[in-house]
Amino acid sequence: MKLLKKGSLYGLILILIIFTTYPFLYMIMTSFKDMREFFTNPFSLILTSFTMDQYLSVVEMGMTNYFVNSLIISILSVLIVVAIASLASYPLSRINFKFNRTIFILFLAGMMIPVHATLIPIFIMTSNFGLYDSLWALLGPYVAFSLPISIFIFTQFMQEIPKELEEAAQMDGAGHWTIFSKVLFPNMKPAISTIVIYNFVFIWNEFVFALILIQSRSSQTLPVGLQNFYGEFSVNVPGLMAALTLASLPVILVFIISQERVVKGLIGGAVKG
Amino acid sequence: MAQQADVLTEAKLQKKKDRNNTRLTIAIFLLPAILTYLVFILYPIFDTFVISLYRWNGISPTRTFVGLDNYTTLLQESRFWFAFRNNMYVVLLSIFVQIPLGLVMALVLFSKIKGKKILNVLFFLPYLMSTVAVGLLWIFMYDPVNGPVNRLFNLFGMQSVHWLAGGTSSLIAILIVIAWQFAPFYMILFRAAMVGIPEEHYESAEIDGASETQKFFYITLPSIMPTIVSSSILAVVGSLKTFAIFYVMTGGGSGISTDILGTFMYRQAFINFNMGYSSAIAAIMFIVALISVIIIQLIDYRRRNK
Repeated sequence: MKLLKKGSLYGLILILIIFTTYPFLYMIMTSFKDMREFFTNPFSLILTSFTMDQYLSVVEMGMTNYFVNSLIISILSVLIVVAIASLASYPLSRINFKFNRTIFILFLAGMMIPVHATLIPIFIMTSNFGLYDSLWALLGPYVAFSLPISIFIFTQFMQEIPKELEEAAQMDGAGHWTIFSKVLFPNMKPAISTIVIYNFVFIWNEFVFALILIQSRSSQTLPVGLQNFYGEFSVNVPGLMAALTLASLPVILVFIISQERVVKGLIGGAVKG
Repeated sequence: MAQQADVLTEAKLQKKKDRNNTRLTIAIFLLPAILTYLVFILYPIFDTFVISLYRWNGISPTRTFVGLDNYTTLLQESRFWFAFRNNMYVVLLSIFVQIPLGLVMALVLFSKIKGKKILNVLFFLPYLMSTVAVGLLWIFMYDPVNGPVNRLFNLFGMQSVHWLAGGTSSLIAILIVIAWQFAPFYMILFRAAMVGIPEEHYESAEIDGASETQKFFYITLPSIMPTIVSSSILAVVGSLKTFAIFYVMTGGGSGISTDILGTFMYRQAFINFNMGYSSAIAAIMFIVALISVIIIQLIDYRRRNK
């Protein structure tokens, strides 16, 4: 009886593993096949031949350009988010003032807003600023939509830092800026890394804004670039799979290195919102 | 006497100055975030509502005020209700497939087996991929000739299906992909909720001779019920954010059967240039999200005051 139970548990786990990982392995393994191998053995995960040619052709077709664009906009947005979200969280968590709670809730509500409710005005605004079709058009929306979760995580984290720390600094005559930059900020490393990683994943994968605000290939980011590849590769499935693998790689690496941080961000975003 | 008064007023002045200083600090610290939020989120939402009252192609300098016409036309259009219905399917999918699936995954990660760390990563992988990559990958998983899904069908003696050719099969195919991508999200939520259950509850149940099933139904399930309820409503908001997967897998979402509010709105705005009409769709999406959030908050509030 016990054996049967254990057997069914492992059976269940096996099915789950196949369901979640087979598509993934299919993507990676197909990317190493040449066209002939793909057409003779489209499903097999075992390779009879191995080639990196698909990766070379993906790079030749402009993958590097999309990759660099994604990297630039992700890193820059994340840096700005960390700066302005941590600044905003200082008064929200440490100072009592009249509209404290209201402002905090207003920021939190941002997590629930469907981006579509902002698309047309942002599109028009971008054109008016002359930023349409530039990578920089994405900066504002990306930072703004990352703010709610970041402010939430920072504020919660700062509330947990003991007050004594800053009281001691206050005795020494430190102002708010000194307390924030010298006392609190250096103590926020766990929160900062959670926010960096979580937002990086979100921005790296963002599609709608990238689709409507940018038209030329030289400024496009990876998700839209992949869409282009799909049109260009048509029957070259291994080529497309190489592009998909390359595009997914950074996020997966980030996750494997720092699992707990990503997870913390997720929970923060979902539980409160 | 006079000197004392001076000291007093000086102290008061100092206090006032401090207060003004604090106010200034608050303002300076909050300003960059509030400004960004105002320009890129609050104002656009407001503007969406304004534009929804006009007939406008987005390019011409003049727009015609039409009042609530866009809304009345929209609510009478069957395409809108088709899209809305599909959004509701995504919600139902979340509640009846993804949430149970996520729960099973979380339970597996909580059982006494080896290799949980690796399992955790494996289960989570789909959620990390960009939705565009997920969509493109599954287009080939569903390929009528060389796709593994049809291969599996053939193995069981069934006919190959043109999954993404339109109609109900496309919708089902896409819903399965959404389940694949988002079940890990719920897994994480449930795992977090389960970590919070005190170990003693299980220990005392064990002393009373409770079976694993009983432990699940009497301890685990009641403890994570709030998470299940709030994630069910969260699914409504989540479904309104759904766009890329439908856009990618149906090549821009042109068929009615696979339209959701997101693709419907996108096409009206950026393909047909009906900015006013499209804004009305966006405004309704916002209102539905708002109502869901209010319901979550009410439930949460009542639970806390119990």
